[in-house]
Amino acid sequence: MTISNKKAYEKLNFGYITSINGSLIEIKGFESQVRTHDLIRVSEQNILGEVIQIYSDHATAQCFESTNNLKLGEKVTNLREPLSMELGPGLLGNVFDGIQRPLDITFENTNKGFLERGNDLPSLSRVKKWHFVPKKNINDIVSSGDIIGTVQETLVIEHRIMVPIGIKGKLSFIAKEGDYTIKDKLFCVKEKKVEKSFNMLQKWPIIKNRPYKRRESPIEPLITGMRVIDLLFPIAKGGTVAVPGGFGTGKTVIQQSLAKWCNADVIVFVGCGERGNEIADVLKQFIEIIDPKSGTALLNRIVLIANTSNMPVSAREASIFSGVTIGEYYRDMGYDVAVLADSTSRWAESLREISGLLEEMPAEEGYPAYLPSRISSFYERAGVVNLLGEDTANRERYGSLTIIGSVSPPSGDFSEPVTATTKRFVQAFWALDASLAYSKHYPAINWLNSYSNYPDYIVDWWSNRDIFWPEINLDWYESRDRVNNILSQENELRNIMQLIGEENLPDDQQLILFISKLIRNSFLIQNAFDDIDNFTDTKKLLGQIKLILLLYKEGMDLLNSGYLIEDIKNLEVINDILRISYSISNDNFSDIEKLKKRLNNEIESLKLSYGGSREK
Amino acid sequence: MSIIYGKIEQIVGPLLFLSNEHDAQYGEIVKILTDGGIERTGQVVKIDEDTIVVEVFEDTSGLSSENSKILFTEASFKVKISNDMFGRTFNSLGKPIDINTKKVLESELITEVERDINGAPVNPFAREYPTEVIQTGMSVIDGLFTLIRGQKLPIFSGQGMPHNALAAQIVTQSRVLTEEPFLIIFCGIGIIQDEAIYFLNRFQESGNIQNIISFINFADDPIMERLIIPRVALTTAEYFAFDKDMHVLVILIDMTNYAEALRELSSAKEEIPSRKGYPGYLYTDFASIYERTGKIKGKKGTITQIPILTMPNDDISHPIPDTSGYITEGQLVLNRNLHKRGIYPPFEVLASISRLMKDAIGENTTREDHKDISSQLLASYSNTLEVRDLISIVGEDGLNFNQRSTLKFGEIFEKEFLNQDVNENRDFTTTFKIAWKALSALPKNQLYRIHQEFIKKYYQEQV
Repeated sequence: MTISNKKAYEKLNFGYITSINGSLIEIKGFESQVRTHDLIRVSEQNILGEVIQIYSDHATAQCFESTNNLKLGEKVTNLREPLSMELGPGLLGNVFDGIQRPLDITFENTNKGFLERGNDLPSLSRVKKWHFVPKKNINDIVSSGDIIGTVQETLVIEHRIMVPIGIKGKLSFIAKEGDYTIKDKLFCVKEKKVEKSFNMLQKWPIIKNRPYKRRESPIEPLITGMRVIDLLFPIAKGGTVAVPGGFGTGKTVIQQSLAKWCNADVIVFVGCGERGNEIADVLKQFIEIIDPKSGTALLNRIVLIANTSNMPVSAREASIFSGVTIGEYYRDMGYDVAVLADSTSRWAESLREISGLLEEMPAEEGYPAYLPSRISSFYERAGVVNLLGEDTANRERYGSLTIIGSVSPPSGDFSEPVTATTKRFVQAFWALDASLAYSKHYPAINWLNSYSNYPDYIVDWWSNRDIFWPEINLDWYESRDRVNNILSQENELRNIMQLIGEENLPDDQQLILFISKLIRNSFLIQNAFDDIDNFTDTKKLLGQIKLILLLYKEGMDLLNSGYLIEDIKNLEVINDILRISYSISNDNFSDIEKLKKRLNNEIESLKLSYGGSREK
Repeated sequence: MSIIYGKIEQIVGPLLFLSNEHDAQYGEIVKILTDGGIERTGQVVKIDEDTIVVEVFEDTSGLSSENSKILFTEASFKVKISNDMFGRTFNSLGKPIDINTKKVLESELITEVERDINGAPVNPFAREYPTEVIQTGMSVIDGLFTLIRGQKLPIFSGQGMPHNALAAQIVTQSRVLTEEPFLIIFCGIGIIQDEAIYFLNRFQESGNIQNIISFINFADDPIMERLIIPRVALTTAEYFAFDKDMHVLVILIDMTNYAEALRELSSAKEEIPSRKGYPGYLYTDFASIYERTGKIKGKKGTITQIPILTMPNDDISHPIPDTSGYITEGQLVLNRNLHKRGIYPPFEVLASISRLMKDAIGENTTREDHKDISSQLLASYSNTLEVRDLISIVGEDGLNFNQRSTLKFGEIFEKEFLNQDVNENRDFTTTFKIAWKALSALPKNQLYRIHQEFIKKYYQEQV
């Protein structure tokens, strides 16, 4: 590059403001060089922004911070890189804003409660040292995704240092086991006489999917510990779910329960445009609650992204893609990752706000016409994938990314654009219902409107974990069908019941009403704040539902032999079945088997007292 | 400061379009001076190479490109704050006013600080989860929907319901249970003069006026002032909470007027509307007000908000209550039927909730049985309503003993627990006492949400 060329290049790297409108600014001077999604720094205040449109005589950019006090003519610097996540040790247990500025470090450094403009702290600490253990040797041939060493990032998660995407060759240097910062030289790869050196820190643009070899079918469920989900509307690892619900229906409690109990290895929790106190609440809980699997604080496996409702709108728009990019990075290490986004409606609203400022032609309710393509580009990043590279023992590697997004429809109306559009791109839909919440039925997942496409994928996984009871020959899949059947029959019977009264229905229909009530009150309702009830493992879940279905089966037999519905309702064991959720813990499965024995005994003695049949 | 003359190109509603011959700052405050001696204030909301767009806070009537001079102040909108503010009333520009004449008084305040009214967002990591209570002296709030310092808890009312009396009562009675300094900031948004006078009289009578700062924006004031007054009030609140270690309770009444002003401005700017003509950024805009509450690590003071809004047509799914409910930490809903039956305050308890109370009430703060009582009262009252429906089918004679006692419970609950005189100030102990009176109308085995030990301790046997 000649000197004059270099000068011209530098000149093109700067521009000046020619218009300010809310968070949008127009810039002249570098429009012929700048690329869309390039980051910019604006004025002396160091405000961060992103170029979103380029015209022949100017470029338009959105600022991630307030534009107050800016003037026309102020200098804009093109950083010549897209908004990217810093990926490396130090993500877990930390709190970032929508564009990955570290909120905890900001607070500790400034000791100010309010966020100021022009924050340019690095996302990950440059001084903290991590203990690196090499897993490859000099002269090994490596390629993208290969694990060259590990760092114990938190007590529970081992951070696997991978060869960056697009790199392959011979390892010409690798650091010895020891403590390094993320900027220290760690390894060098030589290909065709070109040697490149790397450290722990990688960067990846948030708008770009991280590559993998191939996508696989999801075959393993993400166990949430919530009975209504795990039985009726399960989600697979690598799956997508939308959780829509009006205010007060418990979206946030469901998201928090998932973060606490689901069996993903790593959780990325994105608080997108929600309440500040909610973030304070989850943070407090994640620090206080001890993960039963590892015996350490939950925060050790969580990355928290918090862009609350009063923080800048453009950063809110970025936040869910930031979350998913971090999620993909841990997936690439071979982990099962869950990204929880609360709430995607606030994200869609930020799109709408920016689109309004750009004076774009709106589609429905002011949302831009590209809303569906943006929503799909988010959910499509989920999946189970065969990863690039090999592990330390040269085996194929797999990882998964599950996305669970809550949706906040205005007035609880599911036909509004964000809910309706999201429905097209997700495989499971947990519809939260205001009337269930009103009657204190939590989780308020409506069993008639919700659905999941995953049961057929994960049926084998469940068959391998089935509990075998000779009395009732139903596996997980069949139990699910049976429960759905009973609940939908109840729905039909309810109208008739309201007209003629429950007592006037035939006994077999009364039994259906009775069993469905039992399913609702003892199985579907679950208390997220109870120490035993907050998580139900697969074995207890199967035991609990099979016990109810056994009662249903025996009840039908009894009715057919002439017994009365009252005989069944009066069985003493029912009181204890009602209380299983919060009285029998996951590790006391034998107590459930005892209840089964009691149920059998009580039915036997009932039969004995009438000599086997009770003719009317 | 610099002055330019007669460069107004267009006047549209509250917006002035100036030709750009000045080095303006985005968000800068401008003064508009007319030949007739009228002074107006405005703010730069858009700048490009040809035009500067200014939103005028007051009225634009009387302005023309002929008679107006524009003065650029090179500063954003700041409010002057001082210790002299206690017990006084201010307009949306932070100037002391006399509400009976609506006149601005000559200011003799000694300004301590000047603060930008837009504030900065609180770092979510710096927030501390709120866990301390405020006693409002109203049984229904304290007993069932306890207000927590740092919470935002709105009241959803409707036209013709007694939200004014309720607001005045909360302002005059509220206190923290500790000896810490407590301040109330009352912010009337687009209220009529009669209401303003009513409020100020109630505050005066209470003898507590020295702990109240009032900001009043009258219904006939320009809409731009409605949009800034809550920000002026909250900026003042932030100063006293986070610089002066006080617990501040902010009452905003009526947020419906605020939202309508926002819609009017949005339509003047020809923006694309969302639901019912309200702009798409209603949520973000509301959040920029409601989120200015809370507790910050390392600071002693707190800000609590009670925004009050009137639901158009009593419709809770209208964008104003709906958007508010998504941001606030619970809601208190008023019910027209209870109001018609003469019950004050007419709370629809089953639709109301306080989301932050679960971690803040109980043994060390209010009383050990508080959680159980509130849960049982709501459950039993829900039963009462079911039994009342049943009466219309089977008649009162067809009821069994439990159902009759449920009715009796409902009677005491509504007439004694809910119902309260507008000047009656009940402490927590009194509230719990009345709650137990109502609960004792039920047989003990109906108190399924209360621990046995509390029943033993507080249940009043019927004679």
